[in-house]
Amino acid sequence: MSGTIKPRDAAELQKAVEWALSEGTTLDVRGTGSKISLGRPMRCDQVLDLSGLTGVVDYAPEELVVTVRAGTPLRDVEALLAQRNQMLAFEPPDLGPLLGREAGEGTLVGTLSGNFAGPRRLSAGAARDHLLGFSGVNGRGEAFKSGGKVMKNVTGYDLSKVIAGSWGTLAVLGEVSVKTLPAPDQTRTLMLRGLDDAAAVKAMCAAMGSPHDLSGAAHVGDRTALRLEGVAPSVEARLKGLRELLAGAGAAMEELGTLESRAFWREVRDVAPLKASADAIVWRISCPPTEGAAMVARIKAQRPTAQCFYDWSGGLIWLALPPSPCRPGGRSRRDRDDRRPRHPDPRSRGGACGRAGLPSAIACPGGARRAGEGKLRPQGSLQSGEDGMISSRRPDRSRAKRGVAEGPVIISTTREVPRLRFAPLGTTGN
Amino acid sequence: MQMPALDPDILARRGEIVAALKGIVPGEGVIDDLDGMRPFECDALSAYRQMPLVVVLPNTVEQVSAILRYCQDHKVKVVPRGAGTSLSGGSMPVGDAILLGLSKFNRVLEIDYANRCAVVQPGVTNLGVTKAVEHEGFYYAPDPSSQIACSIGGNVAENSGGVHCLKYGLTTNNLLGIQMVLMNGEVVRLGGKHLDSEGYDLMGLMTGSEGLLGVVTEVTVRLLRKPSTARAVLLGFPSESGAAECVAAVIAAGIIPGGMEMMDKDAVQCAENYVGAGYPLDAEALLIVELDGPEVEVDHLTKRVEEIARERGATTCRVSRDEQERVLFWAGRKAAFPAVGQITPDYMCLDGSVPRGRLVEVLSEMRQMSKTHRLRVVNVFHAGDGNLHPLILFDANDPDELRRAEEFGADILRLCVRVGGVLTGEHGVGIEKRDLMGVQFTEIDLDQQMRVKCAFDPDHLLNPGKVFPQLRRCAELDRVVVHHNKLPFPDIPRF
Repeated sequence: MSGTIKPRDAAELQKAVEWALSEGTTLDVRGTGSKISLGRPMRCDQVLDLSGLTGVVDYAPEELVVTVRAGTPLRDVEALLAQRNQMLAFEPPDLGPLLGREAGEGTLVGTLSGNFAGPRRLSAGAARDHLLGFSGVNGRGEAFKSGGKVMKNVTGYDLSKVIAGSWGTLAVLGEVSVKTLPAPDQTRTLMLRGLDDAAAVKAMCAAMGSPHDLSGAAHVGDRTALRLEGVAPSVEARLKGLRELLAGAGAAMEELGTLESRAFWREVRDVAPLKASADAIVWRISCPPTEGAAMVARIKAQRPTAQCFYDWSGGLIWLALPPSPCRPGGRSRRDRDDRRPRHPDPRSRGGACGRAGLPSAIACPGGARRAGEGKLRPQGSLQSGEDGMISSRRPDRSRAKRGVAEGPVIISTTREVPRLRFAPLGTTGN
Repeated sequence: MQMPALDPDILARRGEIVAALKGIVPGEGVIDDLDGMRPFECDALSAYRQMPLVVVLPNTVEQVSAILRYCQDHKVKVVPRGAGTSLSGGSMPVGDAILLGLSKFNRVLEIDYANRCAVVQPGVTNLGVTKAVEHEGFYYAPDPSSQIACSIGGNVAENSGGVHCLKYGLTTNNLLGIQMVLMNGEVVRLGGKHLDSEGYDLMGLMTGSEGLLGVVTEVTVRLLRKPSTARAVLLGFPSESGAAECVAAVIAAGIIPGGMEMMDKDAVQCAENYVGAGYPLDAEALLIVELDGPEVEVDHLTKRVEEIARERGATTCRVSRDEQERVLFWAGRKAAFPAVGQITPDYMCLDGSVPRGRLVEVLSEMRQMSKTHRLRVVNVFHAGDGNLHPLILFDANDPDELRRAEEFGADILRLCVRVGGVLTGEHGVGIEKRDLMGVQFTEIDLDQQMRVKCAFDPDHLLNPGKVFPQLRRCAELDRVVVHHNKLPFPDIPRF
């Protein structure tokens, strides 16, 4: 890495990319770098540091939209919105502590670039659903825009969707316009105790399918938490309805008030319940809610030390896999070569995730990150190899091949979505 | 409206193309006689029509794939069509293109209440999805006014909205997965029953791509539980500004109603005449605010909305007493377009979106334009999300009126963009707003979008003549002009 370019305004940002293009220089696009440990390490010629492009360009609470520059810290945006009793409804998580950093470092644009959303994803949508429009610079060094600042807009392709979650690989964002919503007056939580995973998912799905309008459903340890938000009389009535609905679930029930609820859901949002050891890999698995419990059971059967909790009514599993201890002696050559990326046989049976689960590695210890270096393996999914290890499934070629990634829209930067293999981290002992 | 010139070579090969299609879709699936094709000559933007080269109605994904592969190999253009209810000409046929109708894909494949989703074929109507699940208390949220006829596949292509978007989002916010066929015949699955996963959100890109990137053959939609109570409030105001202020104040009070619609005096009169919904005829502007949720919440919010409205000078304030009356309140609004048809031979329906704060200004400027163009305009719109539907009244038999209506429409859309809005909030660009794209976007913005098109359909065979004011060859867009700089911009801070 030979240096850092830090533009001070949109014109300099455009010039920087234009320069990189003319020099054939690759750019590592960063805000504050809070998620730098996420994904495979990059080898880029230059850092393009957006932390100098800060500030709120425009905030119109009655229009429900805020426009900010790329380097604006998320906490500044949230503080501004809170003054007008509004919020970013997708509940952006602060993954700092999970990734071994301080809390509160990230930017709103960084959150959008990873399409990260918290527990309210269930009812309010993902980060991508809240990005109304953006301006930025493409890989040809051209300044362009897409979308707008209004709620309803179908003019041209919805590039906001593909930009959210693209990790800066399609364009460098300069400014984003994001939807804001009124913050709820009250937040209460109905907590069920003592349900096992399968029963908890069942209870969460029943609650989500009820008219009680939940804004969160998580299962952590033996606690199953159901969140209700809104004006006081409504929350009261829904809590009562929810208690009646779940009376037959056979669980003890308690309620959390607004302050306790906020603290609890902040922890779920930031993946705090996963007290993972520093050498564990933390995975995020997205699946249909009803399939989560069985998937976790399969993973735990292979890896008893795995820890996990559920969010999104069971549709999001946070999983920590500590490395297995080395088996003393008698290791085959193949075992010793565990760190070597291997293409598993797609025909192998007994997948841990099966076809239903889509895993992403979020937090990885240094060794595992290095092991994952190499060529991009798009769209892996977790499943067990023939040797009982969990490994990355063969890429879905049609999707990768046809993606915009291979169109001419690519920007020169290379922050790749993490594609770590599971296999290097040990065996199950059989 | 200029459509691309027809390719004489394709027209000359019509017999051969029809024969090939008959080989792929047996039986009655290929319609090549003039009488049979007549019903397909236009969509809901009926001012413009053209007969297709041939109509093909496949009923399996394999047939769709084979048709597209054939068309790719033989460079034949294709216009995909759902129910043909596009208001922007998105599914208008093209004379040298096959019209690929998905109407035979009309089955609900799976309903999964536990995961709150349904897998349906693209020809199922929007309302058909709700009908299939409402006995269990569920529904599909986006509700365009054409919902009894419009298809889910078309909704995906146009990213359709409706009156409940403010609270529940557009089509894009209510999809979980799609299966689509690419122009080369490849069948691709995006998303599924899960929420987010990594990789580019190509489903989001496909949604609202107006049939230019692929043909949707299966859709997984999110189902919502029907709120236990819904109530509509009718609010009459002596001025449009009073109504607009009320809209802003409701949102500022932290209330996101299920729907918040506004109608001007003319629209109210037409609708009242047509449906007899009990609208106040003395009001200059009418708001319909729908509140939904548990009964206590609806009671609470109804009171708040009434207070706010009275503070802003509302002269009428009526809350629906039962479900029948709520439906009646909406009936006038939902029938507003046909109602306007009573007082004019033709009307042109526009679809600009503006920041809510500029509503009054936009309305008054529109009135001025109405005088200049000597045509009446009636306004019905989704006030909650600033999505306007001005209806320009004209007589299509008078060529000068049609021309003036087109010019008036273009002026209104330019005005929307000028105040910080956009050309289309939910109807799509199609052919209708195609030539105005340059008002909202720079050439670079449009090139960027066209590169997306090139990545999916490099020969520009899918839905030609739509969305882009002019097509450029993909190879031309590929070229990167590199200026070799002498100085690496020494003024930008470096470390």
